[in-house]
Amino acid sequence: MTDHLLEVQDLSVQFHSAAGTVNAVNGVSWHLDRGETLAILGESGSGKSVSASAIMNLIDTPPGEITQGRILFEGRDLLTASAEERREINGCRIAMIFQDPLSHFNPVYTVGWQIMETLTAHGRPKEEARSRALELLHRVGIPEPKAAMDRYPHQFSGGQRQRLMIAMALGLQPDILIADEPTTALDVTVQAEVLALLEELQQQTGMGLLLITHNLGVVAETADRVVVMEGGRIVERGTAREVYHNPRHPYTCKLIAAAPGKGEMRDSALSGEPLLRLEKVSKSYGTFTALKGASFDLRAGETLAIVGESGSGKSTLAKTLLRLEEPSGGRALWEGEDLFAKTPRQMARVRRQLQMVFQDPTQSLNPRMSVFDLISEAWVIHSEILPRAQWRDRVLQLLSQVGLQPEHAARYPHQFSGGQRQRIAIARALALEPKLIVCDEAVSALDVSIQAQVMDLLAKLREELGIAFIFIAHDLPVVRDFADHVIVMKNGKIVEQGTVRVIFDNPREPYTQRLLAAGLDPDPDVQAARREAREALERRAPMQEPA
Amino acid sequence: MKRMIGQRAAASFLALLGLVVLVFFLSRLTGDPAALYLPIDASQEMLENFREIHGLNDPLLVQFGNYVTDLLRLDFGESIRKARPAIDVVLEAFVWTLQLALITMALVTVTAVVLGSLAAFRVGGLFDRLTSLISLVGASAPDFWIAIVAIVLFSVQLGWLPTSGTGSVWHWVLPVAVLFVRPFGLILQVVRGSMISALTSAYVKTARAKGVRNRPIIFVHTLRNAMLPVITVIGDQAAAMLNGAVIVETIFGFPGVGKLMIDSILQRDFNVILASIVVTALAIFIMNLLIDMAYAVLDPRIRY
Repeated sequence: MTDHLLEVQDLSVQFHSAAGTVNAVNGVSWHLDRGETLAILGESGSGKSVSASAIMNLIDTPPGEITQGRILFEGRDLLTASAEERREINGCRIAMIFQDPLSHFNPVYTVGWQIMETLTAHGRPKEEARSRALELLHRVGIPEPKAAMDRYPHQFSGGQRQRLMIAMALGLQPDILIADEPTTALDVTVQAEVLALLEELQQQTGMGLLLITHNLGVVAETADRVVVMEGGRIVERGTAREVYHNPRHPYTCKLIAAAPGKGEMRDSALSGEPLLRLEKVSKSYGTFTALKGASFDLRAGETLAIVGESGSGKSTLAKTLLRLEEPSGGRALWEGEDLFAKTPRQMARVRRQLQMVFQDPTQSLNPRMSVFDLISEAWVIHSEILPRAQWRDRVLQLLSQVGLQPEHAARYPHQFSGGQRQRIAIARALALEPKLIVCDEAVSALDVSIQAQVMDLLAKLREELGIAFIFIAHDLPVVRDFADHVIVMKNGKIVEQGTVRVIFDNPREPYTQRLLAAGLDPDPDVQAARREAREALERRAPMQEPA
Repeated sequence: MKRMIGQRAAASFLALLGLVVLVFFLSRLTGDPAALYLPIDASQEMLENFREIHGLNDPLLVQFGNYVTDLLRLDFGESIRKARPAIDVVLEAFVWTLQLALITMALVTVTAVVLGSLAAFRVGGLFDRLTSLISLVGASAPDFWIAIVAIVLFSVQLGWLPTSGTGSVWHWVLPVAVLFVRPFGLILQVVRGSMISALTSAYVKTARAKGVRNRPIIFVHTLRNAMLPVITVIGDQAAAMLNGAVIVETIFGFPGVGKLMIDSILQRDFNVILASIVVTALAIFIMNLLIDMAYAVLDPRIRY
């Protein structure tokens, strides 16, 4: 009755917990054919991964329960198949790769062994598994495949690990590959390479590719069709082009509108004495130089973005100038005084003017402190700012400034969503009335729609309070919409700096050009053009992946 | 790795030196051995003579100096009680304790790891609840009580096993069984907890997506990762046993180092006290080293 390779029909999954029952997905239906790519697009909590987990029999029951629906693979319902039958399908006919390949590899076995296990678990002899693993390592572009077989997952870079994961999934040439956020943790250039590899392999093998993602750009780059999920339901479906150009559901419209990189770029006309001047700042760890002579100026109220791939030294630069890491050389002049020459006591006084907002608010907010305590702690340390009697009013004022409610003051971090937590972290930074806030990937962990809200908040604060920002990010569209100046870093060095317009419209350095070309545009047509530009760049000078 | 061993050895040597100083002077505080070994009506001359022979007349610091110089030549002095070199007396007893500890810990490790892993695989199942109950009882029952109940039941009532002493394989059964109970309960709980969290790891999901069977998922993928905290506890329990299972050794008349230490303290046999401290401390040092090496073997990310 069905011609599709894989078809999910009216699937509902519930999770039971002490707090009650959650409908993770509710009556979801979709299908996937040979050789095509279907993307499931959604934000966290939308249930986008649940149907994939159901296909792979990865839902633990309890607490999970599949309450209705069918999953037809070649016409056969997987949900009524025995555990042993499903085990035989997993890895052999349907394979899966995941986000964060480091934690999805077993840390204590070699990658060669783990790739071979895909074959040995399905009864293939060891010698065949070994030669197939070598072939796959070669195929996915791992250098020195023979030596790589005996190495452990932690000895590879993030991009290489995702390639290894793909090699592991393809051991038995499955008919379907499910990729759950396969590029989320990767740098843009590596993301582009991994997606290109997936597509190439799909063309060779004719497998169906199910791509689960929150990233419109990934959809535009790879998907034939897309289903958009919100709150466990499919709200929109169609080809990637149709959905982008003619979204019908308000949620889809909101998602597309929230994608950064479409606004006006800023033209800053700030002049005068710099608030902060860095002169040849360097930082070494033992023999490794993480930061090589970085120099720049930052004026009051200006936003300076630092972009670059992981390991380029952008976080080291921020931590060093705040003296969270001791510098190895250079000067950092804050209003004319060298921060690096200050004693710890003097530094403590200056610190209130320099605040930081970190990537992961779950970790940067002490879970045992209430919001009131978190924010008012600043005044415990710098008691001269505010008399105790006014703390309460000021906390409430700060909360409303960052878009939270007065009653939130008594609550604890775990009672908030990720976006709200980041707002608390921003309120905490504002408590000291700083002149500079350093945001280290402050919106990277947030969903697109939440990210847009937090960016709006930061822009509002910038206008109202005249705070300068150092904005560290790997997400170029966000930088494009927010920054005045941009610094591009590579291997601990500043390779290019200039106004946002110059960097985005006329980048000089090939590295910057590659970085920009690797970014994914949410518009499938723009992305197709960009892809051609990237391929042209690649042909001129192939990109080396950092080891 | 060599550097790590060197550093540990240096640190342990200092600790051992501190221990020798402490025990030397503390044991002297227990009183005069002469009063204990000679008849109550012994003459002043006899007492003096006894002290002279055993070097107890010198000032305390001189005695200590002599002791340390002898120690550097690996001479631990004579046992007053047995009139033999103290180190011989200690090593004899230590071999018994070592065997007892090794046999018991080997049995504990194998059973606790296997049962704990299986319990973790179906949390809340009948098997899990049963093993949890047994391990809870085991971890909380006092060993002297178990020992006495075991003797009453198996030796007195049923007459299957000897009550005490050594000689045949059967003499080992009760001491090993009684020593087994507490570490078994404890380690089973640690294995279970560690396995439960390891089974929720992302790599287990990967293995299931690859179609790996349940048994290799438990015993190949998860167990090796879950063993790290378990090994710490195993080492801890083994160390306690190497110190001598005083109560069990006393109840079963087992000639181990724990019993020897207690006897020597009561008898003011200073050289034997010190020698047994040095020997057990060395054993514990070696065992800790083995555990650190086991970490490195189990987890390739750990490098010394």
